[in-house]
Amino acid sequence: MTFVKPTFRHPALTKNAVGFTKADYEGALSTLCAGCGHDSISASIVQACYELDIEPHRVAKFSGIGCSSKTPTYFLGNSHGFNTVHGRMPSVTTGANLANKDLIYLGVSGDGDSASIGLGQFCHVIRRNLNMTYIVMNNGCYGLTKGQDSATADRGSINKSGVENRFQSIDLAALALELGASFVARSFSGDKGQLIPLIKAALLHPGFAFIDVISPCVTFNNNDGSTKSYDFVRDHIDATSPLDFVPEEDEITLEYDPEKPAEVKLHDGSILNFYKLNPLWDPTDRNLSVERMNKARQEGHILTGLLYLEPSTSDLHKTLQTTAKPLNTLKEDDLCPGSQALDKINQGLR
Amino acid sequence: MKPTNTNDPEYFHKVVDCQYACPAHTPVPEYIRLIAAGKYDEAYLINWESNVFPGVLGRTCDRPCEPACRRGRVEEQPVAICRLKRVAADNKGDLSSRMPKAGKSNGKKIALIGGGPASLTVARDLAPLGYEIHLFDEWSKAGGMMRTQIPNFRLPESVLDEEVGFVTSLGIHTHFNHYVSSMKTVLDSGYDAVFVGTGAPKGRDLELPGRADAGKNIHIGVEFLANVAFGHINKIGEKVIILGGGNTAMDCCRTSRRLGGKDVKVIVRSPFSDMKASPWEIEDAQSEDIPIINNMPPKSFVVEGGKLKGMIFEKVKAVYDEKGKRSLVPTGEPDEFVEADDVIIAVGQDNAFPWIERDLGITLGKWELPAVNEVTFQSTLPKVFFGGDAALGPKNIITSVAHGHQAAISIDLFCNGKDLVKDRPAPTTNLFQQKMGIHEWSYDSQVVNDLRYKVPHQKKEITLKNLKTEVELGFDQQTAFKEAQRCLNCDVQTVFTADLCIECDACMDICPTSCITFTGNDEEDALRKKLIVPAENPTQDLYVSSELKTSRVMVKDEDVCLHCGLCAERCPTSAWDMQKFMYGVTKPAKIL
Repeated sequence: MTFVKPTFRHPALTKNAVGFTKADYEGALSTLCAGCGHDSISASIVQACYELDIEPHRVAKFSGIGCSSKTPTYFLGNSHGFNTVHGRMPSVTTGANLANKDLIYLGVSGDGDSASIGLGQFCHVIRRNLNMTYIVMNNGCYGLTKGQDSATADRGSINKSGVENRFQSIDLAALALELGASFVARSFSGDKGQLIPLIKAALLHPGFAFIDVISPCVTFNNNDGSTKSYDFVRDHIDATSPLDFVPEEDEITLEYDPEKPAEVKLHDGSILNFYKLNPLWDPTDRNLSVERMNKARQEGHILTGLLYLEPSTSDLHKTLQTTAKPLNTLKEDDLCPGSQALDKINQGLR
Repeated sequence: MKPTNTNDPEYFHKVVDCQYACPAHTPVPEYIRLIAAGKYDEAYLINWESNVFPGVLGRTCDRPCEPACRRGRVEEQPVAICRLKRVAADNKGDLSSRMPKAGKSNGKKIALIGGGPASLTVARDLAPLGYEIHLFDEWSKAGGMMRTQIPNFRLPESVLDEEVGFVTSLGIHTHFNHYVSSMKTVLDSGYDAVFVGTGAPKGRDLELPGRADAGKNIHIGVEFLANVAFGHINKIGEKVIILGGGNTAMDCCRTSRRLGGKDVKVIVRSPFSDMKASPWEIEDAQSEDIPIINNMPPKSFVVEGGKLKGMIFEKVKAVYDEKGKRSLVPTGEPDEFVEADDVIIAVGQDNAFPWIERDLGITLGKWELPAVNEVTFQSTLPKVFFGGDAALGPKNIITSVAHGHQAAISIDLFCNGKDLVKDRPAPTTNLFQQKMGIHEWSYDSQVVNDLRYKVPHQKKEITLKNLKTEVELGFDQQTAFKEAQRCLNCDVQTVFTADLCIECDACMDICPTSCITFTGNDEEDALRKKLIVPAENPTQDLYVSSELKTSRVMVKDEDVCLHCGLCAERCPTSAWDMQKFMYGVTKPAKIL
């Protein structure tokens, strides 16, 4: 068994604008089961950060407990990281983000960590619109404890021991939409073409960005009858529209044309291009998104892609009107400016 | 692209770059693993089966395998394949019980003219089949150029004698001190087939002004080395000039240093970078205080009172035209006089067959090169075969061995009335799984980061005093192990079964050198461009699968694959598997 990945890389590996190769964004060798969907998501995160020219030290990654929450060891080995308590990733991330808003926050969680033990935290982090990317590696089972159905297992899905799940599932994307998340997407670990641009858009989204990634558990939930197996997902996938993320530096000019991509400008000038399969699809129309998601669910389809986006959103710092400088950089002098400053405030209130 | 046909024996063979580049196709990674395991006997025998002279080649081979080594494409230096081969030879035990024996007589009689590597290979390959083999050589011992051209400080006589002995002891009838002066006589002597392995024995001369007057102080490189080898020359002047930049020149200058030459210079007519000698031989010459002076073509010999005083050289520079063709243009500087007591001319060798009568039906072409079929080595006279330097001009030992194997097959087919092309045996191939358990392989899949180890040398003060003291000491067992571990095991192939793939991308994500891409199929040129890292080395193949469920294909660029097995370790369905590929050049008889 290989424990350390060989250090040789392709000699023709290119560097991005900040001078790093993709290898600089990798982490330790994965210890997850061979073929785990989570590894593909890790690879997509590596690729997205490389393509966005993010310096690794500007990212802080957080996770809870579970197979999914082990993955931060396997990507961005040169970034900050915190493997927190089961279901408590959102609150720890909230604390970190409030202290230093200058970092890019990436939370990784699983269906157990987010839809069961951490469901409360999940709801509240959305409600507060914390500026972070929240990726759920959703395999519909508790892989780490040998594959019991999780809260996201679909009703009627059959697990590895042949037992049908009799309970309703929690659709985390629908829940996020309902709770007012400003960026909601769903994707599939086996579709990097879609997942990578979604992660890139999410990382730069100035508010809470949620991506529910269906990620088959090859060991416990890749059997016939499972609704989260590679084959089932591939057969039932229904993409909103292929998309492409263009960071603000790249200037593009596009007009609306049903044949051409429609663009949605993000607050920082970045642009999301939508290649419209359906000319009526508008990811900024929340009602339409809810309707489409319900319809797909009724038809047994898995709707993937960017489901909803609020282009101008107000994150937690904006809402709280925190200082422009990150709180952790404020010195005692800044926090206790002295009696003169107090007098000034008091004068202003007279 | 069409799915890769891995049943073609050459596909996986090509992935084993070293073995593919070796003229005799010695299974390099296999013997390197055996050396690492301390199984020197087995490592030696695998070599011996394939190249007949492992001890000799482990010291003197031209190493076509090393520039081909994959390791050289992912880091600076290839594996020291050649010197590892020597380790097997140095550490082997008594192998006599495992060597083949002469077969029961089959009633056929073969003559081998010349006792060099090509003829000895033919003898070794045919002896187990019961041929009556007669080997003729003008010298007192067999070995050919290995004995006459390679100085003892590079190749001890005992090593050569042992390996020549392995062959001649197979019941070969040796006729030494027997210069064959007439092919007609040989043909009239009732041999069923005749093999000519007489090398390229004629050293080129330089007809410059003063050549005739300088007399005995001017030597022809190949003759000089042969005379030294047989003790006919044992001293040389203090100031020596060697003309020529090939390996013979390197051996001449180093030999001169040991025969009393104090101020020995190699002077080449063209730039240093165009020298034909192997880089390591140049390095060894330089480390013995022998300067190499370039861009000076010789003009004339200076002789005073019947004694050689030196040589006059012109000064030139190399100019290259758009096509890269070189011409040497005088720089205009005055000619230079270089003092010398002796001059050795080592500017090339030619084939020469003064002993082959021209009316026998054996066609000799330009530069006396015989007209031979390059696959069968048959000449225009069906029962006469050529091999080694005699066949295609001066090359090297390993090429001669490869010719010998092919000629032996041809001779055997010919003597049995079979077609030399149609009935030629295919190479043997074998693929076997290396899986020992979950994530466990029967080969050492870890890729080590060690840089190439240097072979230790004996001190110069000692080696320069004695012509027979070997310079290279060879790797000790510990260093050999470490060097062997640098081998990437390219013969352990990544074998892909499309039907088993569930397209989880795990292999693509884990591959350290980004060799694997799942993408839509296309023509080769387009496909090469759209891989994760574009495949820009056209000498390395793309491994393309049949169409997968999502209508994509798996494409693997073989170029910098580390054979680390991670794709197979991370594959949940064993669609990737690591399988050892053995490729063998079929011999007329089973040797081991």
